[in-house]
Amino acid sequence: METFLQQLINGLVQGSVYALVALGYTMVYGILGLINFAHGEVVMIGAMLAISSLNVLLGNGVSPLLALPLCAVIAMLGCMALGYGIERIAYRPLRHAPRLAPLITAIGVSIVLQNLAMMIWGRDYLPFPKFFSNNPHSFGGVIISDIQLLIFVLALTLMGLLLLLVQRTRLGRAMRAVAENQQAALLMGVDINRVISLTFMLGSALAALAGIMVSANYGLAHYYMGFLLGLKAFTAAVLGGIGNLKGAMLGGLVLGLIESLGAGYIGDLSGGFFGSNYQDVFAFFILIAVLVFRPSGLLGERIAERA
Amino acid sequence: MPRYYLLLLIAALLTGCGKPAQNPNNELTVRIGASAPLTGPQAHIGKDNESGTRMAIDDANTRGIVIGGRKIHFELISEDDQADPKTATIVAQKLVDSKVSGVIGHLNSGTTIPASRIYNDNGIVQISPSATAVAYTTQGFKTAFRVMANDAQQGLVLGQYATKNLGAAKIAVIDDQTGYGQGLADQFIKSAQANGATIVAHEYTNDKAYDFTAVLTKVKSKQPDLLFYAGMDPQAGPMAKQLKSLALNLKFLMGDGGYTPQFIKLAGDAAEGSYASLPGVPLAKMPGGSEFEKRFVAKYQPIQLYAPYCYDAVNVLIAAMQKADSVEPAKYLPALAAISYDGVTANIKFDAKGDLQGGAITLYQVKNGKWQALETLGTAGH
Repeated sequence: METFLQQLINGLVQGSVYALVALGYTMVYGILGLINFAHGEVVMIGAMLAISSLNVLLGNGVSPLLALPLCAVIAMLGCMALGYGIERIAYRPLRHAPRLAPLITAIGVSIVLQNLAMMIWGRDYLPFPKFFSNNPHSFGGVIISDIQLLIFVLALTLMGLLLLLVQRTRLGRAMRAVAENQQAALLMGVDINRVISLTFMLGSALAALAGIMVSANYGLAHYYMGFLLGLKAFTAAVLGGIGNLKGAMLGGLVLGLIESLGAGYIGDLSGGFFGSNYQDVFAFFILIAVLVFRPSGLLGERIAERA
Repeated sequence: MPRYYLLLLIAALLTGCGKPAQNPNNELTVRIGASAPLTGPQAHIGKDNESGTRMAIDDANTRGIVIGGRKIHFELISEDDQADPKTATIVAQKLVDSKVSGVIGHLNSGTTIPASRIYNDNGIVQISPSATAVAYTTQGFKTAFRVMANDAQQGLVLGQYATKNLGAAKIAVIDDQTGYGQGLADQFIKSAQANGATIVAHEYTNDKAYDFTAVLTKVKSKQPDLLFYAGMDPQAGPMAKQLKSLALNLKFLMGDGGYTPQFIKLAGDAAEGSYASLPGVPLAKMPGGSEFEKRFVAKYQPIQLYAPYCYDAVNVLIAAMQKADSVEPAKYLPALAAISYDGVTANIKFDAKGDLQGGAITLYQVKNGKWQALETLGTAGH
């Protein structure tokens, strides 16, 4: 039972990071119908920026309690600028091009960013400066560390704030309008370019925070860490119903749980035929299953192809 | 038509690539290939290998070696195999095509083994500084050599050490499913079981992963008193950290893939008390270890792992060329097989398969944030 609860906690922590990243995919898809494959790389750049700025801040004697929020702000601003730049350079000129074209530029941007990061930060794993003790807290045999607790709480808070923003504010209404029908929104006086840019920046800011969470949790960052994380988050977004915010959140958490419970139990359930070596396969197995049996995802609605 | 000239220029460049450069003073350029992952999670170890190889080649050029009556200029052709078996075969073909006389590499067993077939087919001598999987030298390739004890020796010693010295009775094993990790895990399990331990779990990860919480939670439920990880430091580091944050109180033992400064950097405090083995004797006890380290650190960066072995691999190759008085692989291969060379790591002699004779294995533990040698086992031969 303890082991089961522990796997549940592991899955929820991992899933909340997937969910944060998945939101970035889903917001962009909701508005542009475009899968921003460079989003995983934005997560990576966020982690790298945070580590670099942390090292500089701590090296100059800034107190750790101040340095952490400061580095988060730097990483978020950096990633927002990056997100804006990606949209401006790689997607906006192709907004009315066939759907395949922006997909290919997305992959191109992803490769460029990975190699750029490799040139700037090198090929080694960068260690995350020691901040959080990995001293575990035990609740009746179930272990959770400070950083895991922080990740889970912060991720849920951010998701709540994002939902509020989309449903209650002027910008949110504009985003929903653009998602519904760009032409009509334009006619109603919504500045489409501004809304799209802001959506990218918002997603990138979340990605930066997710990057910091991942690198702080595992104590490292690396120039290609965004690749697999991005793919999994994309899977989470599809699982929940791409384009649907609550779907991305649910999809992320569910995917985290499936992975962790799968790695923990499939070996025993299948009598050793499958083992923990299939951990990463679960995500993509789910992706295929969802696409085959429920293409619109858990919370997605079936929408007729737009004319 | 400027385009026409551009094409001509490219064509000229391309045809120029294949020929070894001939210096005016009758110097002969001999190419030595080297391959290791220079990008990806193991890039720091690959770079270390490249630097060790480069240093040996620079030294040889300063010494001014004469073979077959001609002064030899050695040229290093270093290729990135990304620790990927598929890429390794492409790289191997590339090295063959650029007419190297010998190859130092690859770093991983998973890349060394598929590449060795290509070198063998083309009759090119290959010395791996660090591939320890047993399978590498049991394929019947005359061209395959290594200057490090293999996993049969290492796994045997690790299994004995875990049970006898560390007193482990219930052991969990995680491997990274690479040629190296699988082979080492299997040898370790065999040896641990022969010494009376029970393997309570055998779990898997891969050489790109960094999240092990699910696997470790499962391991925890089996209550082992020792965890053996067969893989490299990019995984071992975060794994040690996650062991601590999941409150697994057990002994953490690794093979040579974990014995790096990078492991300690990645694991932080959690590295303390971890064990690892490395074929060979500690650097300070190597015949030329301290001097090598001093020169290497002055030129490059602190030694990660296999740099001294790469240095020896190049030197033993050159020594064989000198002995045979030829840079033709077919001619110096017999000389290499029969050589006895005093390197910085050990006296290097090969057995009939191309394995290092009488390789010692040393165990290390992290104490006060540094790897400290505990004891050297399995010092047979010499």
